[in-house]
Amino acid sequence: MSHTETLTEKSTLAYNIEKYVDVISRKCYQCGKCSAGCPVADEMDLPPSMVMRLLQTETALNDEKILRSHSIWLCVTCEMCLGRCPMDIDIPSLMDFLRQKSLKEKKVNPKARNIIAFHKSFLNSIRLTGRLFELGLTLDYKRRSMTLMQDIQLAPRMISRGKLHFIPEIIKGKAHLGKIFKKTK
Amino acid sequence: MKTGIYPGCSLNGSARDYNESVFALADAFGLPLEQVSDWNCCGATAAHNLNKNLSLALPARILSLAEQNGMDEIVVPCAACYHRLIVTQNELRKDPELKNQVCEILEMDYKGTSRIINVIEWIDKYIVPDLEGKIVKPFDHKVACYYGCLLVRPHKVLAYDRPEDPQSMDQVMTKIGATSVYYPYKTECCGAGFSISRTDIVSKLSGKIVEDAESRGADAIIVACPMCHSNLDMRRNDINKYWGKSFKIPVIFITQAVGLAIGLSAKNVGLKRHFVEVNIS
Repeated sequence: MSHTETLTEKSTLAYNIEKYVDVISRKCYQCGKCSAGCPVADEMDLPPSMVMRLLQTETALNDEKILRSHSIWLCVTCEMCLGRCPMDIDIPSLMDFLRQKSLKEKKVNPKARNIIAFHKSFLNSIRLTGRLFELGLTLDYKRRSMTLMQDIQLAPRMISRGKLHFIPEIIKGKAHLGKIFKKTK
Repeated sequence: MKTGIYPGCSLNGSARDYNESVFALADAFGLPLEQVSDWNCCGATAAHNLNKNLSLALPARILSLAEQNGMDEIVVPCAACYHRLIVTQNELRKDPELKNQVCEILEMDYKGTSRIINVIEWIDKYIVPDLEGKIVKPFDHKVACYYGCLLVRPHKVLAYDRPEDPQSMDQVMTKIGATSVYYPYKTECCGAGFSISRTDIVSKLSGKIVEDAESRGADAIIVACPMCHSNLDMRRNDINKYWGKSFKIPVIFITQAVGLAIGLSAKNVGLKRHFVEVNIS
């Protein structure tokens, strides 16, 4: 049934997206609802409908353009595109796949550096204690992104409202979490 | 029937006001809420953006622990955690091979039998039936109910309310005496996890929501997600700076509003911890 049987080029993004996340990019007929509803489309170099169109061309040049785009990192996974897609194309899952591939192949857009630094600091915090330690996350992020002064004025206001903890909560299964991180690396 | 709670990391930290109001309500209505034992973070956006297997294993550990605790149902007050837990349950249900893989990573059994509900469903099921007669101070205000993204999308997986113009929160608010305003921004994104890494985007997106609510005459924005709350409340100075405005509308968790209506004090439901002053009660 699937068009993949006739596909000769097995290395294209479209082929791999269908294989690994079960999303068929050829179903897109460019109605543009995803880009119209996307809250960050105006910040993107390639709005979601454009990513879909480039995938359909199945050329190495366009695949490269997608993996090196800022867009895949700007996607906030609000799921509006999927909610409004008349063909029910799971763009958020496709974006997750593209982000992970871009990271793996070291093709990350330099403008996305801080977004990725935040995600890494976040996961690092969980790996160490099992639960997110917000202060630790912020400090680690500042170190990674060199944004030392950012949000400095928030801290005293958070402290006075009892919203900032200074000691992380460490779960009993901390070693178990460490193992999960290792096994999913 | 045992109902447990997965609070998630935010409720233990920057959203402790939300946590206080959830437990204050549970106390007031005599509802037992045992926490999932030794729970971990669900992985949130970071995990599913960077590592698919990790993004399934972390929520699966939580669900497996809840099963060990004998919980038939888990309330998840954070919309983002709620979304991650249900999406994981769904992925593992439709792909047995993936489920086995995740069980191997966890070295735990996982059946996927616990029902996951959000805080509005919990209120609807356990509090609304007993509400009459308990309301001592009707919440007589105009409100803009803000659902955000992850309570209602992806609709086919969550199967909760409707994805455009949802009504469940509005209905609860009406029952405690509020009038809900028509509000097109109710499912627009606040900027979510970009709060720290792209504060400019959060200020822009959250500002649109706040502006729309205020311009339609709402006295308060009602939320059911700690991330939405932190972006609309804690980031208010950034929003006002970005838009050159001074939006003053307070942002109240639905559990706080219900708590106030049944006579709990502002302090009891955590209202004193907000950044934007709550001048209504």
